[in-house]
Amino acid sequence: MAPILDIKGLYKSYGSTEILKDINVAIDPGDFLVLVGPSGCGKSTLLNCIAGLEPISGGTLSIDGQDMTHVSPKDRDIAMVFQSYALYPTMTVAKNITFGMKVRGVDPKTQAAKLKKVAEQLQIEQLLNRRPGQLSGGQRQRVAMGRALVRDPKLFLFDEPLSNLDAKLRVEMRTEIKALHQNLGATMVYVTHDQIEAMTLATKIVVMKGGVIQQIGSPSEIYDRPANMFVADFMGSPAMNLIPARAMKNGSGTHIEIANSTGGSIVLKDTNGHDLPTDVILGVRPEDIAEPGTRQDGVHQDAECLVDIVEPAGADTYVVTQLGGKQVTARLHAKTNAQAGKSQTLSFDLSKVSYFEPGTGRRLN
Amino acid sequence: MTDAVYSNTGVRSQMTRIALRWLLYILLFAFALFYLAPLFVMVTTSLKSLEEIRTGDLIALPRDVTFDAWRTAWASACTGIQCEGVRPYFWNSVLIAVPAVMISTLVGAINGYVVAQWRFPGANIFFALMLFGCFIPFQVVLLPMARMLGLMGIAGTIPGLIFVHVIYGLGFTTLFFRNYYVTIPAELTKAAKVDGAGFFRIFWSIFLPLSLPIIVVTVIWQFTQIWNDFLFGVSFSQAGTQPITVALNNIVNSTTGVKEYNVDMAAAIIAGLPTLLVYVVAGKYFIRGLTAGSVKG
Amino acid sequence: MSVKFLEDHLPKLMLAPSFIAMLIFVYGFIGWTAWVSLTRSRLLPKYELDGIIQYERLFASLRWDTAFSNLFIFGGLFIVIAMILGLILAIFLDQNIRSEGAIRTIYLYPMALSMIVTGTAWKWILNPGLGLEAMVRGWGFENFTFDWLVNPDMAIYTVVLAAIWQSSGFVMALFLAGLRSVDGEIIKAAQIDGIPNWRIYSAIIIPSMAPIFLSAFIVLAHLAIKSFDLVIALTGGGPGFSTDLPATYMFAMAFSRGDIGQAASSAMVMMGVVFAIVVPYLYSELRVKND
Repeated sequence: MAPILDIKGLYKSYGSTEILKDINVAIDPGDFLVLVGPSGCGKSTLLNCIAGLEPISGGTLSIDGQDMTHVSPKDRDIAMVFQSYALYPTMTVAKNITFGMKVRGVDPKTQAAKLKKVAEQLQIEQLLNRRPGQLSGGQRQRVAMGRALVRDPKLFLFDEPLSNLDAKLRVEMRTEIKALHQNLGATMVYVTHDQIEAMTLATKIVVMKGGVIQQIGSPSEIYDRPANMFVADFMGSPAMNLIPARAMKNGSGTHIEIANSTGGSIVLKDTNGHDLPTDVILGVRPEDIAEPGTRQDGVHQDAECLVDIVEPAGADTYVVTQLGGKQVTARLHAKTNAQAGKSQTLSFDLSKVSYFEPGTGRRLN
Repeated sequence: MTDAVYSNTGVRSQMTRIALRWLLYILLFAFALFYLAPLFVMVTTSLKSLEEIRTGDLIALPRDVTFDAWRTAWASACTGIQCEGVRPYFWNSVLIAVPAVMISTLVGAINGYVVAQWRFPGANIFFALMLFGCFIPFQVVLLPMARMLGLMGIAGTIPGLIFVHVIYGLGFTTLFFRNYYVTIPAELTKAAKVDGAGFFRIFWSIFLPLSLPIIVVTVIWQFTQIWNDFLFGVSFSQAGTQPITVALNNIVNSTTGVKEYNVDMAAAIIAGLPTLLVYVVAGKYFIRGLTAGSVKG
Repeated sequence: MSVKFLEDHLPKLMLAPSFIAMLIFVYGFIGWTAWVSLTRSRLLPKYELDGIIQYERLFASLRWDTAFSNLFIFGGLFIVIAMILGLILAIFLDQNIRSEGAIRTIYLYPMALSMIVTGTAWKWILNPGLGLEAMVRGWGFENFTFDWLVNPDMAIYTVVLAAIWQSSGFVMALFLAGLRSVDGEIIKAAQIDGIPNWRIYSAIIIPSMAPIFLSAFIVLAHLAIKSFDLVIALTGGGPGFSTDLPATYMFAMAFSRGDIGQAASSAMVMMGVVFAIVVPYLYSELRVKND
């Protein structure tokens, strides 16, 4: 299958500052690509480049096999939903949705039919004669989606569309966008700084930092095997624990020695024969540290740790301890007996851990 | 005991507050008189006969109200050698102000739209240069402009004055529209581009319908500036093309014949009436223009 | 390809006429005036550079001397008094005044008038023969004199008076907007702390209005330097040359004395004064905006 969006060696700079460096991404029809990263990482600029709203400084970009590198936005067969929704304030909802068709000279009958269909789909029929100023945030969001849907484009682009909604509505709309993607089978490119949005929506995630792609992969690849410490830290909440440790070869396996807060150390025995340098950063997700006996699968190693803080969070209880000079969070079940100031046996699942090189942050296993 | 003390000081501070309040209103009233007095004197003087002016009091109300001075000022007062009143000059000012306001507002709107929404390298420099143009003392361009108008063949004509007012009004009109359009999110333009609209379509369908308040502010500002202009009028006009401010000054300072103060005042009121009217009708926008023109940002 | 080119460059093309006009009619003309100010031009411009002779003549001229010092007397008094008056009126009006709108309208209306109209009105009021002086004498104060308008030593102050009448309401409007834009929570916090009203103004509100003071200063300074119409209508520069300002001096040299060299050099000095005041201001404004 030919990729529907193919970006090769894309560069973008303003004057002498490079905003995007050597971006290579390809997605297939039906993919839901999420560009995620902290603010200023270039993800929105990349989306604007895909839309043709920003000229690119180098490389090529093609949509559905056609070179679009220097084509204006209107000829790229795309639709876009913006963070501020960017509804035309003086036009009614209906006019907002049909403006694009009107500009393109679509006949009024088709316009009306498409408007009706989209309004039904998004349940905004009763809003059609209102102006954007009279709508709530959630309603504006729907209208913005309607404006994109009515175009039936090759590519939908979303620029942080949920970030202006309150927390509850955001979760609802997220589900709705996911459903929309499944029902339409459309291809979507979605920018967000919210890693949960990225995980829940994407079929493919691009993690970016400083204008450089850090990792491309499916949500589970990104989550389970982060390519470097930045991705490990950025994706997941609470973040992956990154613990300085010493690795020592021991037969076919490796002993991982970690300093604890009492001046001693704990040793975890990894039976996998990784080829590790002496100084490593051990990456463990909070849910891969549990109470002994509560998890069946994986390769568990127990260690005694001094509990500093206990944070009940409803479904889980987070327990914070100190290892390797860092705060380490473990996600225990809600009914745990762990108490602050007391010792607690924690069980590390070594089949799920990541190892990183301290200097470069690169993944080692 | 303590209660009594409290209530006593309470009453005293209450009385002080009332006294201060009175003082405040008296002062505000006095200042209102200061600002109103000249207008009052102008109106009453214009309604008096010369005889009554000579014998009467500056601030006395007219004993016999007469509109003779107004008639003279409008149709037969002498501006130097011609004695046609301010009427032809009033219409000159209209003929100058109306097209100059329209053109400078339209061009300013497009300039502001480009600078605020179609950013390109150098747009900021353009804007800074334009902004500085608002501040130059016009004396510095008078001499070359006089020659330029001659070269263009419009020296001493009404089109010449329109041209001058458009050129030197562009700085402010661009500033007004730019500052207004810069508050409109850039995403709106982006959304319209994705929708397939071009430069003019976006301006016409999206920005212009949003612009009524700033158009009103700009039109009022430009109209007031151009109507009240004297420097360009006196520098670049001829006997038949002078604007009303120049004519008024000629009437007042013409040395021939008897000094007719009532006619001077009537002519001054006529000259001030259009802008005064604009101020009364649309004061809110007038003030917004003044403050927008001074608080740049 | 050409359509695409047009599409991409249309915004710049739309700006081009204004840009070219500005280069010619603002910057080109300033350049022309600067050049001519360095020549021996008299009735007609000459283009052979001849050093700073015009500036030497200018500063040797008694009339310019009066005009230039008048600029500082007039400008200084006008700016300071208009700012103080404007601030006081703004604070007064900020005290929950009944019919504030009407009072504001009255204070501000002179700004809508042409300076020529203002000058004409005050010329009538201040004329000793039939105006204020005659009126007060008519009330029985036979020795009352108020002849500033025809007194060469005092005439410049009548210009100050008329200019303040015209512009102080505008300063009031600026300051009032400034007073109202101060964060209400800060004021509430101060009131809860028991800080008296005048202290709230002097210690909290007024210091936070520094940018507005600057704006008001710039606008008033700019008005003062450009003041031309008011002098022409009120005193005509007289008695003698006692109320000449650089603006009237320049105009007289350019259009009645036929001394283009002097006109150009005096215009350049005015430009220099404006430059010294406005450029630092614009620079800081634009820099803040780009951050």
